[in-house]
Parts: sequence; C-alpha cells; structure tokens
Amino acid sequence: METLATRPASMASKLAWAVIAVIGAACLGVITLRRGEPINAIWLVAAAVAVFLIGYRFYGRFIELHVLQMDPGRAPPSILRNDGLDYVPTDKWVVFGHHFAAIAGAGPLVGPVLAAQMGYLPGTLWILFGVVLGGAVQDFMVLGLSVRRDARSLGHMLREELGPFAGVVAMFGLLALMMIVLAVLALVVVKALTHSPWGTFSVACTIPIALLMGIYLRWLRPGRILEVSVIGLVLMLTSIAYGAHIAATPDLASLFDFDAKSLAWLLIGYGFFASVLPVWLLLAPRDYLSTFLKIGTILLLAIAIIFAAPDLQLPAVSRFVDGTGPVFQGQLFPFLFITIACGAVSGWHSIIASGTTPKLLANEGEARMVGYGGMLMEAFVAIMALIAAASLHPGVYFSMNSPSALIGTTVEHAAATISQWGFVVTPDELSRTAHDIGETSILSRAGGAPTLAVGMAQLLHNILPGERMMAFWYHYAILFEALFILTTVDAGTRVGRFMIQEIAGLVHAPLKSTESWIGNVLATSICVGLWGYFLYQGAVDPLGGINTLWPLFGIANQMLAAIALMLATVVTVKLKRERYVWVPGIPALWLVLCTLTAGWEKLSGPISFTNAAQNYTQALQAGKLMAPAKSLAEMQRIVTNNSVDATLTAVFMLLVLTMCGFSIYAIMKAWRSNVPTAHEAPRVALASATAGQRS
Amino acid sequence: MKTGLSSWWHRLVQAARLSCGVPDYDVYVAHLRTHHPERRIPTYAEFFRERQTARYKGTGGRCC
Repeated sequence: METLATRPASMASKLAWAVIAVIGAACLGVITLRRGEPINAIWLVAAAVAVFLIGYRFYGRFIELHVLQMDPGRAPPSILRNDGLDYVPTDKWVVFGHHFAAIAGAGPLVGPVLAAQMGYLPGTLWILFGVVLGGAVQDFMVLGLSVRRDARSLGHMLREELGPFAGVVAMFGLLALMMIVLAVLALVVVKALTHSPWGTFSVACTIPIALLMGIYLRWLRPGRILEVSVIGLVLMLTSIAYGAHIAATPDLASLFDFDAKSLAWLLIGYGFFASVLPVWLLLAPRDYLSTFLKIGTILLLAIAIIFAAPDLQLPAVSRFVDGTGPVFQGQLFPFLFITIACGAVSGWHSIIASGTTPKLLANEGEARMVGYGGMLMEAFVAIMALIAAASLHPGVYFSMNSPSALIGTTVEHAAATISQWGFVVTPDELSRTAHDIGETSILSRAGGAPTLAVGMAQLLHNILPGERMMAFWYHYAILFEALFILTTVDAGTRVGRFMIQEIAGLVHAPLKSTESWIGNVLATSICVGLWGYFLYQGAVDPLGGINTLWPLFGIANQMLAAIALMLATVVTVKLKRERYVWVPGIPALWLVLCTLTAGWEKLSGPISFTNAAQNYTQALQAGKLMAPAKSLAEMQRIVTNNSVDATLTAVFMLLVLTMCGFSIYAIMKAWRSNVPTAHEAPRVALASATAGQRS
Repeated sequence: MKTGLSSWWHRLVQAARLSCGVPDYDVYVAHLRTHHPERRIPTYAEFFRERQTARYKGTGGRCC
C-alpha cells in the first residue's frame, strides 16, 4: 500500500529548497525595502513564485499529512460511485485544469486593481500570505472534506456537521452573496461600456456569434466544441477590428452609444431572456468561448509581463492607506482584506471544491495539487493583475478609478485634482491615453476591467508594437472580461433561480419543481429583480457604484470563506485533531474579524451607509439639495439605497455571527467527546475497490 | 516522444472539454459496456446534448 509518510529528503533537494527560500527572501526584501526608485515587476513575479513553491511544498504538505491525513490507499468517490459521467476517476492534470478553469474568474482581476490605490505593496503581501495561509487552505480543506464525504456539497456538509438550521442560514447567505456578485460584475461591464460605441458593439456582437455557434453545435456538427470555439474566436476578433470603424463613423457610433442607466436596463433585460432561453442556444456556446478565452488571456498576460518586464510606477505604499482613497473608502484594515477577496481568499471556491472536482479526483494523494495548487495559480493571476495596474502611470490609474464626483468630468479638472494628490499628470497625458486606446475618455471608469485593459494593452503594445494596436488590445481585453462576466450573469441567474425555488420549496413544496414554466419565470424574475436592483443603484450612484457595491461584495465573499473555514475548523476538532485546530482556525478568525469590522464601519461611523442616509435625510427635511444629487427625488433615492445597503450589511454580519455561534457550539461539544464525531464515509481500501470493479 | 506528446494533447483536449462540462465520451462508453451491457450506447451527439443540459442544472459551477 502506498502511503504519504515522509521520506527523508535527499541532500540535493534540501539544497534546492534552501536556494528557493533565499531567492524568495531576497526578492521580498527588495519589494518591501527599496524606496525612491521604481522596481521591476520581475521582482514581484519571482517573489510570488518562491513563496508559492515553499507554501505548496511545506505548508500544503503539512496539511495533507497531519490535518487532513489524506490517504492514497483509500478509495475516493470517483471510484466508489463511478458512473462514467459525473463520478469518473480522472488524470490529475486534467482535474487540475478543470478546477482552475472553474475557480478563475473576474474576481482576481478586479480586486487587486482597486486595491492598488494603497500602493502595490499592501496588496502583494496580502495576496502572497493570504493565499498560502488562508485561501489555499480553504480550497484544499473543503476539497479534502468533500472527498471523504461522497463528494458532498458545502451546504450538505454544513447541515451534517453543524446542524440543519446552520444549513438553511448558509443557504440564505449564499443567495445574497450571489445577487451581489451578479450586480457588481454586471456593473463592471456597465462601467467599461458607458459611452464606448466600440466596446458596446463588439460585446453586442457576441450574442449573434453565440447563437450561430449554438446552432452549429446543435445541428451542423454536434459536440465539436473546440472547432466551433475557433470559429467563434475568429468572428469575435473580426468584430473587434470592425468596431474601430463603428467608433469612427458618427452615424453608426450613435447606435451603440449608451449611458450607464440604459446599459443597466439592457443588461437586466438580457439577463432575463438569456436565462429562460434553452441553454444550448446562447448560454452554453458563450460559456465555451469565454472559458477558452479566459485561459488564453491569462497566458497572454503572463507572457506580456515576463517579456515587457515593466517598472512599477505606482508607489509601494500610497498615502491612501489612511482611508481617504478615491477608489474605495476605508483604512487598510479591514478594507484591503475585503477588497482583494478572490486571489487571496475566495469563499466562492468552497462551492467548486465541493462540487464537480471531488467527483473527479482519482486519488486522495492528488488533492493537494488540485486544491492547494489550483488556488496558488489563481493568486498568481491576482499578482499579474496588480502588476498590470501598478505599471500604469499613477495619474492615469487614478483618473480611471476615481468617481466623477471627486475629479470632475473634464481632463483639465481631473489632472489638476489628481496632481494635487501628489500624482503629477497633465490633461494632455490623459487625453492621449484615451486616444491611444480608441476611446473619447478614460475618466471614472472604475471597476477594474478598463484599468486592467489599459495596462494589458500597454504591455502587449511594448512587445508587439504597431499602429492602432493598442486600441485593438484594449478592446480585446474589455471584450474578454465582458464576455465571461455576461456568461456568469446568465449562468448565475439560473443558479439563483434554483436557489430561490429551493427556498420557496421550504415554505410550499410544489414551488420547488423546476419543470413548471410559471415557477421558472417567476423565480427568474425575482432573481433578476434582486441583482438588477443593485445594478441599477450602482449605475445611477453619483459615487460611481463600485465604490459602494464592492465593499458589500467583499464582505459577502469573505463571509462565505469564513463559513467554509469554520466548517473545516469544526471537522478538525470533531476528528479529534485538536492540536491542528489553528490551521483552519486562524484564517477563519481573521476573516470573521475583517468582515465584522468592515461591516461595522459600514453601519456606523463616517464612511457608513447609515451616515450617508442620515445626512441626506436631514438635508431633505431642511429642503436643501446636497451634491451630487440634482433633485429632491435623487436625494430620496440616495437615502433609500443607503438604507438598503446598510440593512444588507447588517444581515451579513448577523449571518457571520450566527454561523460563529453554531461553530463554537459544535467545537465545544466535539472537544469534550472522547471519540471522533465527524460524519466521514467509511474507509474502503483502494485495492479492494478497484478489484471489485474489475470483477 | 510521440506517445508523450500525444498523451499530453489528449489530456489537454480532455481538460478543455471537461471545463465546458463535457466528460470523456470514450470513458463513458467503456463504462456502459462493462457495467451496463443491456443499455443502448448513445451517439456522441446525444451524449453531448444530455451533458450540455445537465451542466446548467446544478448549483455553483464557476467563480466570480
């Protein structure tokens, strides 16, 4: 029988790890200590690689051997329940590829870009250490727990280990998180496409392209995914190239020129129709295209960073760590740890690590590579996004990410304000950047996507120069983000619909039936209505929306991560491995602390939703107008929105506290018990399971 | 060398399909043959359609 017992390491391997450790420490030293002169991005890349290698080899292995006690001689669900479809023992590289494609999304690209307002150092350190000690631990442990429980979902495991009520509470939390995720992602698209005929045209083109692909896959060449994706890619690149012509022709441009409000309505309508149409027609083909494009673009970004090797132009630590930043309000603690969720710790991954992945894993000994390793890869994507943002001119970065309420709507005003902040920039530099990327303005395009797109376009332009190429790359990057955000929006609306039906089914059982047409349309409308409300609120928000919604998203995502880590902590104690309780316990505690502090600051105090609502209410009662509202009706809307956001924040905090209560109760009970009380499936030896299948 | 390369290509295709929710058809057919010889073997097109619908039924699936 194979075991994971430690072999004594050879001298050569000890030496190699010592070298990696020294290189990593040296790179980290350069990043953290060198001041005054710009440092090259390669230092960051090298430091990240060294930290990740060491984390994977030592901490990941420690968790594998001692905390989870993964057992290569134990038959996993893929072998015990092999059905050739969902449960299939699969090659570890294939599982890794699938898992990474499922966890990597827009999150790790957006958060680090927003957090760059505090400089590149705080974000880098949080990503590096957050992932090794928190994010990867969460993904790996949830995967490990699920593999031991017939590949059960997170919700199911919570019900089993923490009690049925905890399961219901988590279900509501998940639905709320889902709605905020969809709203904030859709808002990223709105921000990127506002008054951008070129971008809007090429994004709109993905709909007919997807329909064409869907028909091709259904009737002409069934199931030829790779072939149809190549065709789709060629059509898409053509639409980007043609977009330049649209933007240059005023008559055509006006057809695709929308303000934020209209774009929000278009997206809401799109979300509704896309999620009631048959999946093969629109959703599935777009999903294929966006999956491949996502992986391709991540590779492209890696190549661009390594070959262009840009200097980081943003300061290591900016003065906005004090909480006065224009991109999001709030001090380094806790808001940095809320803003960068995906990439450091992402609660959402616990759903995937307890979804398809545990059904495919052929051996428990491969869980570390897939769970821990997959998350390290995502952290690497986050580091690359941070590099792309930090290699921009700081003036350009702040003009793109600050709301118009602060920097105004003209380049002159924006340049003057941002120069006052200490990042000297001329109006001409801002106009030239806009012109280079084929847009009329770059001001106040918060949300990460456009900033990343400009960063990526500049990097790619450095290695592949050419007339108008920057504009092409910019719109390519925008299209790529919009494409997979929209795919998430309609897939998410479907998932949200099932969740709503499940919750409704708790009250009235027949509502649960997913076959009923009326039930579907009703649940879809509720779902679209929920995220649509927050999207619209973000689109008309005078502070730009992202400013308000991203903290809510971060709090919700970290709340889910805290719940997943609490589950891991409870199970560790239930298995009577109390001495390792700190492994999931410390990151769980840290996230509870971050979400509760951030939640509290958003509930009371100067940057809170409550405070904003009160200020506007007082002004309303006095009959005064308060900027940036332009009418009493707008004032009223600001009051309502802030009250809704405050309520939601309170709900999230209550959820965290409730789950904390359940966890502490379960831990105390398990600690007193003399025998393990976790609900693991019984061990079946791998050898006997495979022998049984062969006979 | 050739076998090494082609096995990596096979893995790449398999991972790409799986990322879109389509598992390996040959594996499924082999499974049916050994364990359920009485069942009819679906064509690749049928198999593909069934998987495509199944992918968007459950919860989760992808990250933000």
